[in-house]
Amino acid sequence: MIDGAILKERKIELTEFSRGIKQGIPIALGYIPVSFTFGLMAVNGGIPVWIAILISLTNLTSAGQFAGVGLIIADASLFEITLTTFVINIRYMLMSLSLSQKITRMPLFKKCIMAFGITDETFAVASLEKKEVSFAYMMGLITCPYWGWALGTVLGAVTTSVLPEKLQSAMGIALYAMFIALFVPASKKSKAALVVVILAVCWSSVFKWAPYLNRISSGWSIIIAAIIAATAGAILFPRKEEQL
Amino acid sequence: MNKVLTAVFLMALVTYIPRVFPLAIFTRKIESRFFKSFLYYIPFAVLGAMTFPSILEATANFYSSLVGLVVALVLAYCEQGLMKVAMGAVLAVYLCELLITV
Repeated sequence: MIDGAILKERKIELTEFSRGIKQGIPIALGYIPVSFTFGLMAVNGGIPVWIAILISLTNLTSAGQFAGVGLIIADASLFEITLTTFVINIRYMLMSLSLSQKITRMPLFKKCIMAFGITDETFAVASLEKKEVSFAYMMGLITCPYWGWALGTVLGAVTTSVLPEKLQSAMGIALYAMFIALFVPASKKSKAALVVVILAVCWSSVFKWAPYLNRISSGWSIIIAAIIAATAGAILFPRKEEQL
Repeated sequence: MNKVLTAVFLMALVTYIPRVFPLAIFTRKIESRFFKSFLYYIPFAVLGAMTFPSILEATANFYSSLVGLVVALVLAYCEQGLMKVAMGAVLAVYLCELLITV
């Protein structure tokens, strides 16, 4: 009988894993042109091909890698490189915190493994899941984006002829369009979500264009804008107990 | 070369730390209604802040980005799914850039 229970659990895990895989495919496709550009930029800047690939395999982040490699190429100090990358990546703390409330019970080592795969896109997809997020689902969700990110880097690093310039430029919009595809349907259904999105957009615009405030780095501006908008949401539209 | 490898290691470290700490530390469910509501709204807030105004610089040309933004909004409003919205926006930007340079 115990065997039957284990078998059933395995079956659920497998379904969860493949559901994750399915949802990860569009993310992976969106990653390829971005990491292609990364590989190309790194190698053109004098970084060896294998290091460019190593960076993508160990970092798995877009803005942080671009900034970090840009600084390596410019021969910046280790301190500058580390600090800049860290500031850009602080936003992951918000995502990780948010996910900590949404995952099923699991041992610490599993949390440590799945934490590696938190990116803007995997977080966005996982956090808008209707139910609790399991380890198997997260591993499925992460798999294709991880290898897509690596594949794009390899292609970009070894390529000599570039994609047609216009096509490459057009691909730049893909991930943003995906973000839009995630929050627009939710904002249609919930006025609270709509208000939070609009507030976040307004504040990140302020940090982009307002005098003085526009000196804040893009990493910080996302964090501050998101905290302000989510706080306003929590004050204006506190969730009812049964919704939480 | 050693410096580059050290830099890569440090970059990986400071990318992983913010990802893992909150997830590893907050093992209990948070009880505060305010904080729970805050965390519920975080995905929407982060997505909004990441998308705009960065999207306006996502392509080689401001106007093509703007067209891509509008197309993505319309397709997303019609609930067309991730792939269709992304591909639609890419196609719109591509066509727009072809027109601009003609």
